[in-house]
Amino acid sequence: MSISVDVHRKLESFQLDISFRSDSRRIGILGASGCGKSMTLKSIAGIETPDDGRIEIEGRVLFDKAEKVNLKPQKRNVGYLFQNYALFPTMSVEKNIAAGLRGSREEKEEKVRQMVEKFRLEGLEKRLPGHLSGGQQQRVALARIMAYEPDVILLDEPFSALDMYLKDQLQKELIEMLEDYKGTVIMVSHNRDEVYRFSEELLVIDQGKIVVSGETKEIFRNPVIREAARLTGCKNFSRVRRIDSHTLEAEDWGITVCTKAEIPEYTTWIGYRAHDFIPVWNADRVEGDSAPVWDADSAKGDSDWEPARPACGNGANLLKLDLESVAELPFERNYYLKQGICWFVQREKIGRLEERGLPDYLELAEDKMLFLR
Amino acid sequence: MEEVRQILEELDWSPLFISLKTGIVATIISFFLGIFAARKVMKASRGKKAVIDGILTLPMVLPPTVAGFFLLLLFSRRRPLGEFLFDEFGFKVVQTWLGCIIAATVIAFPLMYRNARAAMEQIDANLIYAGRTLGMSDTKIFWKIIVPTAGPGIASGTILTFARALGEYGATSMLAGNIPGKTGTISQKIAMVIQDGDYLTAGVWVVIVIIIAFVVIFLMNLISGSKMKHIGRW
Repeated sequence: MSISVDVHRKLESFQLDISFRSDSRRIGILGASGCGKSMTLKSIAGIETPDDGRIEIEGRVLFDKAEKVNLKPQKRNVGYLFQNYALFPTMSVEKNIAAGLRGSREEKEEKVRQMVEKFRLEGLEKRLPGHLSGGQQQRVALARIMAYEPDVILLDEPFSALDMYLKDQLQKELIEMLEDYKGTVIMVSHNRDEVYRFSEELLVIDQGKIVVSGETKEIFRNPVIREAARLTGCKNFSRVRRIDSHTLEAEDWGITVCTKAEIPEYTTWIGYRAHDFIPVWNADRVEGDSAPVWDADSAKGDSDWEPARPACGNGANLLKLDLESVAELPFERNYYLKQGICWFVQREKIGRLEERGLPDYLELAEDKMLFLR
Repeated sequence: MEEVRQILEELDWSPLFISLKTGIVATIISFFLGIFAARKVMKASRGKKAVIDGILTLPMVLPPTVAGFFLLLLFSRRRPLGEFLFDEFGFKVVQTWLGCIIAATVIAFPLMYRNARAAMEQIDANLIYAGRTLGMSDTKIFWKIIVPTAGPGIASGTILTFARALGEYGATSMLAGNIPGKTGTISQKIAMVIQDGDYLTAGVWVVIVIIIAFVVIFLMNLISGSKMKHIGRW
C-alpha cells in the first residue's frame, strides 16, 4: 500500500501546495474549513484538476502534469464518500449499489446481494435514499463504493453534518466496516476527535500547506507547530521569551515557566491544554514577595490531581486564578480566566473543587507543556 | 342545445387531430432538443452562455408573428435554406404540416429548455461526481442520474411545452397557413369561425380545448407524482 500525492493549485485566497507520501493504511487530514483539504481529496479522485503535480497510487500514475497524464475519475478506481453521501435520490438502494458495476446482470445481482448482506441492508433494497436514516444512508454509500472495489477510499468530512449522538455511533460503524478493507483510506476532517480515532498517520493542513505530518498520536502529544496544536484542540497559547535553556517568560500569561528538561531551541510559543491544569490551594504568599510558595502538604494526597513540584523558583509555572466567567456543560465545567486562559474540569473532579473551593493558582505540569513555534 | 348537437354531428374533427399531432411531435422534438441545449448551455463559458441563452429564449419573448416572420424568411422556397431543403430532400415547409410542427416547436422549445436547465442546475454536483468516481460514463450519468433527478422540472417543462405547442397560433398561421384538413389547427379554426360570427362553433372548440388541457395536466401530474416519491412534502 503506498500513495504519493503532490498537488499544486491556485485557489481564490491562497495557493494550495500539498505534498506527501505514505505507506499507511489509514491517513487523516486535519484542517479548518476552507484550508484546502477537500480540494486535495477531489484532486486525488479526479473531480478537480490541479495546476501542477503528480498523483500515484500503488505505482499507478493517476495524474502527472509533466507527463501529461490525467486519468478521468472513471478510470482512477478511487472511492469517494461524500459528506452528504450523494446517493442517487431516484434510485432504490440496490440500484444505487449497482450503479457503477459492470458485467452481466447475474454478476451485478450477486455483487449487490453480497453488499446488502455485508452492510446489513436486508429489507431495504427497494427503498429510496430519502426514506433511510442517516446511518443506513452511510451504509448504502459505503456499500456502493465497496461494490466497486476501489484501490483507495476517500472520506470527505463524513460526519460533519450529523448530530452528536449519531456521530459517535456512525464513527464506530464506519471504522468497523472499513476494518477488513485492504486498501488505503484517507479521511479529511476538521474534527480532531474523528481523525484521532481513525487515522494512524496524520497531516495537519493550514492555508493550503502541510504544517506538520507524522504519526497521529505523536502529533497530538507533541504538535511542535502552533497551528497544529490549535487544530489538535489546544486552547491556551502564550508568546515566550527565552531566558535560558530551562526558563521561559510566558509574556501573554505574565508568568515564568521552568522545566527540568531542556526547552527546544525553536520555541517561540508555549501551549497548554485546558484539561491539563493542576489546581493549587493554600499557596501562601511569602512576606513582601508577591509570588506564592508551593505548599507541598496541601497538594500531596489529592488523588484527583497529581501533585507536581515546580522545577525552579517560587511562583514559576503558576497562574493566578483570576476568574472571568464559568460555563457549565453536561460533562465538564469550563472556567475562563482574565488572562484569556481556559481551564476545563471534568465532571468527576468538580466535586473536589466544590469541597475545597476555587484554587488560588493553576499549575502547569512540565510534561504537559507544548513547546511550539 | 339542439344547435350544439347539430354542430357536433356535422363537425369536421380534423383541427383536433392536426393540433394534437402537432403538439405531440413538437413536444417530443423540444423535449430532447431542450434537454440537450440545456446541458450544452450549462457547460458553456459565461460569455457564450449569455449569447446562446438569449438566442434560445428569444422565441418565447418575441411576439409569435415576429418569429413567424423570421421562419418565413428562412424557409421560403425563394430563400437559400428553403430552396435547398426542397431541391435536395423535397421538403416543403411553408403552407404544410411540417410548417405547423416547425412553428410550434420554435415557439414552445424555450419553455422546455429553460425548465430543464433550471432543474438541472439545481442538482447537487456531488451526485455527478459520485457517478464519475463510480465509473459511470457521462452519458449514463446524464440519463440515469441527471434526467431523473431533474424529473419534476423536466415534467413541468414538458407540460408547458405541450400546452404552448397545442395552442400556437401566430407563427403557425404565418408559416403553415390555415389549410383545412392540412394545417388548420384548433386555434386557427376558432379564429376563423369567430371572424364569420359563428360563436357557437367557436364555443364548441373552446370547450374541446379546455377538456384536452385538463386531461393533459392531470395525466402529467399523475405520472410525475408517482415518479417523484423521493421528494419530501413540505
